Amino acid sequence: MSDETYLNIDHVTKRFGKVLAVNDAQIAIRRGEFFSLLGPSGCGKTTLLRMIAGFEFPDAGEIYFEGMRMTDEPPHMRPSNMVFQSYAIFPHLNVFNNIAYGLRRERLARAELQRRVEDALVMIKLDGFGPRGANELSGGQRQRVALARALVRRPKVLLLDEPLGALDRRLREAMQIELRALQKSVGITFVFVTHDQEEALSMSDRIAVMSAGQVLQIASPRELYEAPNCREVADFIGQMNFFDGKVTGRDGGMARIDAGALGMMEIETGASTGASVLLALRPEKIALSAAATNSVKGTVMAAAYLGERSHYNIDVPGLNEPVSVATQNVGKIASQGHEPGDTVHMTWPPGALVVLPRD
Amino acid sequence: MRSQGAGLFAYAIVYLAFLYVPVLFLPLFSFNNSMFIAFPLSGFTTQWYSQMWADAAVSHALFNSLKVGAAAALVSTMLAIPAARALTRYRVPGGASMLAFVNLPLFIPEIVLGISLLILLNATAIPLSLLTVALGHIVVCVPFAITVLVSRFEGFDKSLEEASLDLGENGWMTFWRVTFPLALPGIVSSLLLSFMVSFDDFLIAYFLAGSDVTLPIYIWGQLRFPYKLPSVLALGAFILFVSTVLVVFAEWVRSRGLDHRKHKMVGA
Ligand SMILES: Nc1ncnc2c1ncn2[C@@H]1O[C@H](COP(=O)(O)OP(=O)(O)O)[C@@H](O)[C@H]1O
Ligand SMILES: [Mg+2]
Repeated sequence: MSDETYLNIDHVTKRFGKVLAVNDAQIAIRRGEFFSLLGPSGCGKTTLLRMIAGFEFPDAGEIYFEGMRMTDEPPHMRPSNMVFQSYAIFPHLNVFNNIAYGLRRERLARAELQRRVEDALVMIKLDGFGPRGANELSGGQRQRVALARALVRRPKVLLLDEPLGALDRRLREAMQIELRALQKSVGITFVFVTHDQEEALSMSDRIAVMSAGQVLQIASPRELYEAPNCREVADFIGQMNFFDGKVTGRDGGMARIDAGALGMMEIETGASTGASVLLALRPEKIALSAAATNSVKGTVMAAAYLGERSHYNIDVPGLNEPVSVATQNVGKIASQGHEPGDTVHMTWPPGALVVLPRD
Repeated sequence: MRSQGAGLFAYAIVYLAFLYVPVLFLPLFSFNNSMFIAFPLSGFTTQWYSQMWADAAVSHALFNSLKVGAAAALVSTMLAIPAARALTRYRVPGGASMLAFVNLPLFIPEIVLGISLLILLNATAIPLSLLTVALGHIVVCVPFAITVLVSRFEGFDKSLEEASLDLGENGWMTFWRVTFPLALPGIVSSLLLSFMVSFDDFLIAYFLAGSDVTLPIYIWGQLRFPYKLPSVLALGAFILFVSTVLVVFAEWVRSRGLDHRKHKMVGA
């Protein structure tokens, strides 16, 4: 555990009856970090977040805040606050009283309370909305009020459970940018749950990718994209081509890999001689040309022109699946376009192929 | 199609007339200046009302009924709150059959209930009084209270209470600041409904009251004296008026509670 670890989730396991909702999760979240829990629906993100908040208690493992064991503490004893998926705005209170709700115990002077709440309203760009009823708010406004209500307590960790899921696309994209800026300005550690990989990639400092209760990889967005550690992560984050390969020999840090139809190649990896491996290649790493040496030949099966980029499916003899390729349309279309039936040659830079264990 | 619509309309009119015309005779004759309940009406008077108010026995019986009604309403609602919350919030094993079981007194004829309670009280040598009437009424009122409150607690977002805990309040304060105000319309209509059930009840009170009288028992006793009939009508009309106001108020509170938009509080 490094010194900068703020929130330590230490081998936490949680079962609901027969369902293993969270399986031996180990995550060290740093102070001031925008940390995301990413994974498909039902993978245990909410359960993990609720254990951090104190609404669920682990069957095994511990949760530490700043080195203090908090595993069994009730929610009101923890230095965290939560933005609920449903926002949980109190329907019987107006906006002002919703935001002031968590300040009662601080016994602030009236003027100070007023100031704190009004500052929060300004922060979420809803100044003047104090007297509004809870049900006179749009979805986006409710989301902001939930955010202000949690932040006004100056928590050390803010927990957010898919807070943008209920918003329409444009509002969601605007809120992603705003939320990220807000997090940087208040400097509070955010733990953000989402099933949307683009959202996680664009907002987070680091991401834990989860699947079926298990944490698969914890890394920065760039690292997750460029160097996923298993097929599931590679598949979940962005698009990926997979090829079978076999390590035929080693030379220092490099392995010689027989990739069948793609030919022989040398890649830096720890895989030992004789091992079957999975080779992963991003569609946009592949360049297409009409003629080239030292390349893989294929036939265009389908082409889709998408404005700033084009997508192709390339059939390569000897491969079961067509290879997916994405190209940026930077030059003249005439010189870039490929039609179905065209023979093309694929090349990619060294290091573009990621070697994954076979599972 | 038109004739079918007209038929249904006529049916509705007859139905409503059947329901309400007899009831309307009560206020009508209570203002009639005659000892006899017969047409034609002979003139307008309020003497039966003044006679009723002047009768100390009436106010005594009324006060007894109010006491019993208030006690039955309070106790049955307080018993029903945790029950309704448990039934809606947690997956109680056998919750559905428990609810059916709790509702059973609704389907037992009151006379059977009255007799069984009387036997029980005799066996335990508890003297009959207003207190035993209130106990009997609680048995009858709890199912009503639970039904009203369950419908209120259903659709209650569990995360509201979690949000309160998360914002630093303990379980008790969460109840007072979130659960109670949200349930308040349900609690008010449960109180009013239970009160009405108790206030209306004749049979159970008749069995369990001993020498005490509640208003319905008093009215029943007065029917033996023909010259008292007009002031009994006045009393009946008065009860009818108060009941109608209470029921309308209960329904208004309930529908208002369902519409959170109207729920506002002034900024602190
Ligand atoms: N209170 C609960 N009781 C029983 N099973 C639950 C409960 N909460 C979650 N689960 C189960 O645990 C698993 C993980 O759920 P959840 O944490 O909500 O996933 P996510 O938020 O990633 O969609 C799911 O299979 C879900 O059905
Ligand atoms: Mg979830």
